[in-house]
Amino acid sequence: MKGNNTTTMPTSSVTVPGNKLMWLSLFLIFIGVAGAVYAQVIGHHHAFANTREMPWGMLIGVYAYFAIVSTGLCLLAAFSHAFGGNQMAPLANRMVWLSIITLLGAFTVIGLEIENVWRMPLGVILHPNVTSNIWWMGTLYGIAVGVMFLELLLILTKRYSIAIILGVVAAITEALANSNLGSVFASLQAKPFWYGSQLPIFFLSCAVLSGAAAIVMFTHFSHLLQRRQMATDTFQGLQTAGKVMVLMTFLVTLATVWKFINAYASNDEMIMAADSLFKGPLAINFWVFEIGLGLVLPGLLLAITRLKSISVMTAAAIMVLVGQFFSRFNLVVSGQIIPSDYGFVGVPQYLPYTPTVSEYLIVVAGLGVVGFGFLIGERFFDETFRTSAH
Amino acid sequence: MKIDDLEKMESEDVSSLSSVERRNFLKIGFAVTGMYLGGSVLSLVSVKNAHGASASGVVPELGKYPYNPHYSMVLREKLCIDCERCKDACVKTNNVPSYGFRTTILEKRHSLGEDKYETIFVPVLCNHCNRPPCVRVCPTTATWKDEKTGIVVMEPSRCIGCKTCMAACPYNARYFKEEARTVDKCDFCFQSRLSKGVMTPACVEACPADVRVFGNLADPASRVSQLVHSPETMVWVLRPETGAIPNVFYINS
Repeated sequence: MKGNNTTTMPTSSVTVPGNKLMWLSLFLIFIGVAGAVYAQVIGHHHAFANTREMPWGMLIGVYAYFAIVSTGLCLLAAFSHAFGGNQMAPLANRMVWLSIITLLGAFTVIGLEIENVWRMPLGVILHPNVTSNIWWMGTLYGIAVGVMFLELLLILTKRYSIAIILGVVAAITEALANSNLGSVFASLQAKPFWYGSQLPIFFLSCAVLSGAAAIVMFTHFSHLLQRRQMATDTFQGLQTAGKVMVLMTFLVTLATVWKFINAYASNDEMIMAADSLFKGPLAINFWVFEIGLGLVLPGLLLAITRLKSISVMTAAAIMVLVGQFFSRFNLVVSGQIIPSDYGFVGVPQYLPYTPTVSEYLIVVAGLGVVGFGFLIGERFFDETFRTSAH
Repeated sequence: MKIDDLEKMESEDVSSLSSVERRNFLKIGFAVTGMYLGGSVLSLVSVKNAHGASASGVVPELGKYPYNPHYSMVLREKLCIDCERCKDACVKTNNVPSYGFRTTILEKRHSLGEDKYETIFVPVLCNHCNRPPCVRVCPTTATWKDEKTGIVVMEPSRCIGCKTCMAACPYNARYFKEEARTVDKCDFCFQSRLSKGVMTPACVEACPADVRVFGNLADPASRVSQLVHSPETMVWVLRPETGAIPNVFYINS
């Protein structure tokens, strides 16, 4: 690819990333998996806060969260690798690796969430259902992670021309997988607040936003960890990622505004679901975390500081990633929060849902996988990450 | 024809019409108008037929059922007294755990003014939809619509427990049965009774008020067919807006 920059890299004062952090991430995976085993033993029925009426909870949101981050990273990596000229090329190799590990984080969470995960590998091959969005989503994400591993191998062995092709294949596969993930929710007429053709595109927009945020945060973390000064071209790449964040915070905010206007122009069920976020049980999650912390504040911070400070950009990136985490949670819960038999005697207006310790532990496992993967990348692929050649 | 020839022709304006022709024209006009007007008046008078027409939206036309037998259930709603014998029979017949249900009874209240209410009990169960959203979303075809009977059935050994079918069901008809590690649902007692030659589900047999009527909708002689195709009967289904085309019908007569 073009842009085979030969920027002089400042030498690292610490070449090996912190072993303590690696042990910590392994510990997180351990306690997360322990929580999942506990949940299996006593039954998800007891261990999770999900009910018949609200079969999906925080873990589905967290799965979607990691998968969406992965898609964003993969898309941005492919754009940077394939087209160049957008200053993000120095970040692209790291984006490929981060996309892989966030997807593995997603697989960890969903694997620990579903009841009979052992029936899945053979089930989806022997008894496929091509009308099922879940089937397409799983198959496409599975293919994507395989293609990205191959791409990484080619990058490591410096066979860049084939790697670019695989990068584009992975990005298209991830985009299709991601829109199928959107359609898992968006095609359910039984849940009007999810139903509609815009949700898959909203997910892709969120993917670009969270992918840009993730590369800013992890690149900065990498430099902090390696105690290395940031090269000019890397900083410029992060500034481009910052611009993407500014644009996408605006677009995602706009999409959210229209979602609400549309809901309030609809029937009672839609209005009540919108109210659950606007002024109901999810209001703090929505206003403080999804909108305030996740979209408005980072957008303003980035715009005011004009992308000149790496610390501010990282702070904004963390805010975006926290906000997106809440956004997925809010989406999953608000879509199910109105009982299908609302209006009958004894049926509440809003179904209760508060995640349990077991659910939080599985989230911790996902975070542990992503953290562990990040540290592995720092330890073994540092040289590759520091080159923009691809 | 030249313009001069036109002047020699007989005029065709109304002044040349005979009175007989005028009368004939008026008669035809009145007949046509009367026919349309009379038809409109009749359609307004026949309120019962109007209900029948609205019901045709949820009940497919006779002879247009995709299965035979096309099993369905008609619930004669106002007869339900909430004795819950149907629920008990279902639990015993299908080993339904205490935390789940295949069928239940909802309760709704209509205000009659001055703190008075009319209470109506609404039995609910799987609607065995013609376009079942649960079947579409299952990634491993663990649930499908039986080709012979139209019953939506489950194959427990294929269920991965993703619970998408539960999210997709407009009728809250599915639950996860921990003991069997599978989503469980009403199958019109297909496994426990129909497949063994007993031709009524347990809930139907247990109902003392004859609320639940079960049968083959494709058979014009069946009671379910006659109930939903009676011109005087208003038939409705739950959540028709989802497009699932349910096969559980509600009537009051």
